[in-house]
Amino acid sequence: MSEPILSIRGLTKTYKNGPRALDSVDLDIRPGEIFALLGPNGAGKTTLIGAVCGLVRPTGGTITAFGQDLSRDWRKARARIGLVPQELATDMFETVWRAIAYSQGLFGRPYDPARLEEILRSLSLWDKKDAQIRALSGGMKRRVLIAKALAHEPELLFLDEPTAGVDVELRKDMWQQIAALKERGVTIILTTHYIEEAEEMADRVGIIRGGRILMVDEKRAMMERLGTTEAVITLAAPLAAIPPALAGFPVEIGADGMQLIYRGGNGQGGGRAQVAQLTQALTRADIAYTSLDIHDSSLEDIFVGLLGEKEAA
Amino acid sequence: MYFNARSALAIYRREMARAFRTAFQSILSPVLTTSLYFVVFGSVIGARMEPIGGVPYGAFIIPGLLMLTLLGETTSNASFGIYMPRFTGTIYELLSAPVGVAETLAGFVGAAATKGLILAAIILGTATFFVDYEIKYPLLAAFYIMLVAASFALFGFILGIWADSFEKLGIIPMLILTPLTFLGGTFYSIRELPAPWDAVALANPIAFLVSGLRYSFYGVSDVPIGVSLGLTIGFLALCTLVIAVIFRTGWRLRE
Repeated sequence: MSEPILSIRGLTKTYKNGPRALDSVDLDIRPGEIFALLGPNGAGKTTLIGAVCGLVRPTGGTITAFGQDLSRDWRKARARIGLVPQELATDMFETVWRAIAYSQGLFGRPYDPARLEEILRSLSLWDKKDAQIRALSGGMKRRVLIAKALAHEPELLFLDEPTAGVDVELRKDMWQQIAALKERGVTIILTTHYIEEAEEMADRVGIIRGGRILMVDEKRAMMERLGTTEAVITLAAPLAAIPPALAGFPVEIGADGMQLIYRGGNGQGGGRAQVAQLTQALTRADIAYTSLDIHDSSLEDIFVGLLGEKEAA
Repeated sequence: MYFNARSALAIYRREMARAFRTAFQSILSPVLTTSLYFVVFGSVIGARMEPIGGVPYGAFIIPGLLMLTLLGETTSNASFGIYMPRFTGTIYELLSAPVGVAETLAGFVGAAATKGLILAAIILGTATFFVDYEIKYPLLAAFYIMLVAASFALFGFILGIWADSFEKLGIIPMLILTPLTFLGGTFYSIRELPAPWDAVALANPIAFLVSGLRYSFYGVSDVPIGVSLGLTIGFLALCTLVIAVIFRTGWRLRE
């Protein structure tokens, strides 16, 4: 396996007179991947990004990016890192062109109008290059922030809630832009409230809560390991107990005896196959049913379940 | 020490662009105010006043008025330049960039000082319409104006980091710098004050600045030019040191 592009060890941040925002966080990010950091509000996502990008001073721990210790070789490392903040923070009176040209220069890159044009065209902002940012829509302003972050061609890009407040159509458009960046070899770390977003795009997912990383895994592996299928079979006549023919299936009887509820599988199709076997077993046992409703658990179900478990613990 | 000239230039250009975008407020307004001083105190009242130290009154007040504008504007420009990104959140970009204290100061303070120099040049040009004057040591005057502009731009930068509200941003220039400049010999010579007020006036550091600039203009001063230069250079060094400490500790910049 290749060396991590970003390696975080024992990262801790305690705010003055405040809670511990990060509690001994360990995290490795692989080159070229899209890593989604999920967590409720106040979980420490933005603090984690801030610590890597130089906005937050860590209380303890080490951060290594591109093999360089960020506390010592911060100049070299930061020149290769881009950040799209959560807030729409930019000089609203500037034109789009000036704003991204400034970002390019700020990160030490020579003025390269061809590269700036390429970025603006890829984000569908070319015809707005001379417009003041304040005149743009919310979605376009967010794209300007992405353009600013891309102006120095970062290899590692942080997207803090990139689609917050963006309508569904634009969000899908943004996903395409992010996928295109991945195609170009950019490693992307994104935080999001939209678990659908992580499910759609991420290669790996990390779940953070109370400043602690609860779990990091491949999205598929996580869904396979923690995912389930739930099937609700509405019966033609009530059952008092599970018949012997169904003893091998993970089923239970619903409250009024009119429903047979299956919970099992692995989130990767195994459950659906077993539900098919279950319906065949019902037919063989002459148990009639009137409807069948199948639902595979999503990343959101896993996320909510995991956070619920930790809370209960 | 590593210095990224492109980063510094990017900040400098952006700050200068901001100044020209708001030219009425940052250039025209102070020039108009100073011109009014020249009209009232230089032409109208000055014509009836006795010369001070052999310098006609209208000409005598030019260095003081120049200092008044220079201190106020460079301090305000630099403080606003760094305060606004903090206020709007756009400072994230500066903090996440491979930019250190040297590039930041060269950009923000360089631009504020440049704006101060542009103002000084316009004000001196405008003064010729109302008052006759000649500068005895033009190179010294140019050097001194640049030194004061750089020093107070650094001071303004500290102010912009310290302030956590627009009110605080305006307190120092309005309530401290302007009164001290007025009382620092802008319209009179400190030597002519009765005791003990002549000694009390020397507790005002701005008096040394006005005196130094007046020496470069007419060869007359309330305190020796070496003392004025030394004090200004010392102030510049102190402000630089404070900013270096702020960047090292991240005070009010990084959480």
